[in-house]
Amino acid sequence: MLSIQIKPQPNAIMFQSFDNSVALNQEARAQWMALLARAPMPLLERTLEMHVQQRRTEWLRRPETGLYMVQGRVGGTGERFNLGEITVTRCTLRSKAEDGTQGAVGVAYVLGRNHRQAELVALADALLQEPAHHQNLAHELLTAVRQHLSILQSQHEAQTQSTKVDFFTVAREAGDTADEKGT
Amino acid sequence: MNADDLKKMQPGFDSPVLNSQLVFRRALQALSMPGRLVDLPNLAAVPRQGHSASALLLLALVDSDCRLWLSPSLAGTDAQAWLRFHSGCHFVQEPAQGNFLWLCAQDRWPLISDMHAGTDEYPDQSATCIMETGSIQTGTNSQAWSLSGPGIPSPVGLTAEGLPADFAAQWAGNHATFPRGVDILLTTATQVLGLPRSTMLQSFEMLEV
Repeated sequence: MLSIQIKPQPNAIMFQSFDNSVALNQEARAQWMALLARAPMPLLERTLEMHVQQRRTEWLRRPETGLYMVQGRVGGTGERFNLGEITVTRCTLRSKAEDGTQGAVGVAYVLGRNHRQAELVALADALLQEPAHHQNLAHELLTAVRQHLSILQSQHEAQTQSTKVDFFTVAREAGDTADEKGT
Repeated sequence: MNADDLKKMQPGFDSPVLNSQLVFRRALQALSMPGRLVDLPNLAAVPRQGHSASALLLLALVDSDCRLWLSPSLAGTDAQAWLRFHSGCHFVQEPAQGNFLWLCAQDRWPLISDMHAGTDEYPDQSATCIMETGSIQTGTNSQAWSLSGPGIPSPVGLTAEGLPADFAAQWAGNHATFPRGVDILLTTATQVLGLPRSTMLQSFEMLEV
C-alpha cells in the first residue's frame, strides 16, 4: 500500500525537536529562545504583565526590523540557494529590578514586525536567566507555549490527514507467476 | 559575540538616528575646516578604553560594510565588542586592510604610508584614521606646525601631544599622493580635529628658513 499525503499550504510555524520538554538539557537557553520566539502575543502579555510593571528596561538595542535571507538546500549534498527573505524584528535589553540591581541581558529575534513582541520576548529571556524567576516562568510561560505549539501541530496534522489518499494496487501473490514457476 | 560580552555591554546612542547625525555633522565640520577643534558631546555610554570622542566618531561612521583596525591595546577589549554589537563592523589584522583605524595613545602606531590610500580611480576608498592624542592646541601661539590648504583661511598653528616624532614627514608623504591619501581625525577626550589629505602641514622652523 502506498500512501501519499498532500500537505496544505506551507505553515509558518515549524515544528522542531526542542518543542518537547524531553529535549536536550544542554543549550537550554537556545531552546527557550526558540520557544519564546513562537509564543503567541496574548500569552506573553498575560504572563509578563507583572514583570513589565515592576522592572525597568535599559535598551542595548532598541527593537529594529530588518530582513534575513533564508537559504535552502535540496538533498544532503545540494548547493545552497536563496529561498527568500523573511522579516525579523530583534532587540536586546537589560532588565533592571525596581531597586536598580542589574538583571541579565535578554535577546529576542522574532518573525514579523511587532516591536512589542520582540520586547516581551527579550524580557522573558532576561528573566529566565535569573534563578529567582526561572522556575516560575518556565512553568507559566514555556509549558504554555509548548502546549500551544503542540495544539497547533495536531491541528496541522489533522488537516494534513484529511487529504490523505490511499492507493491500492493489486499485489501479485508470491510464487504465482509463470517466470518463477519456470523450469 | 558571546553571552559574557553581552553581559558587560553598554548601550549605544540614546537616539541612534539623531545622535549619529549630530556626530557625523561634527566630523564633517572638522574635516571641512581643518585645524579647528570641534566639540563632541558625550551621547553614549562609551567603553572604558580609548577616548570618548573616538568611540563616538566610530559608532557614527562605521557600519556592517566597514573593516576596522584597532591598535593592540584596544583589540579584544570591551571597545571591540561594543563597536561590533552596535555597528556590525568587521575587524582586520593588518592596518592596510582597514577602512577605519583607531589608534590608541599608548600604542606604537603603524606608518601612515602603511594604511590604504585608495587608488587613482577610487581615491574615496582610502582609510580614515582616528589618532588619539594627549592634548591639542591650535591658534597662533601653537608653535609646532602650521596648517594651510583648502578650508583654512589663513595658516593656523597646531600642537598635538603624543604624535610620532616623524609625523610631519609621514604627513608630507601622505599629502604628496593627492588625490589619494589617508584622512586623519585627531582626538582628545572630548574634541576632534580634522586633517584631510588636502591639508599641508609645515613646521614653523621650516617656514622661517
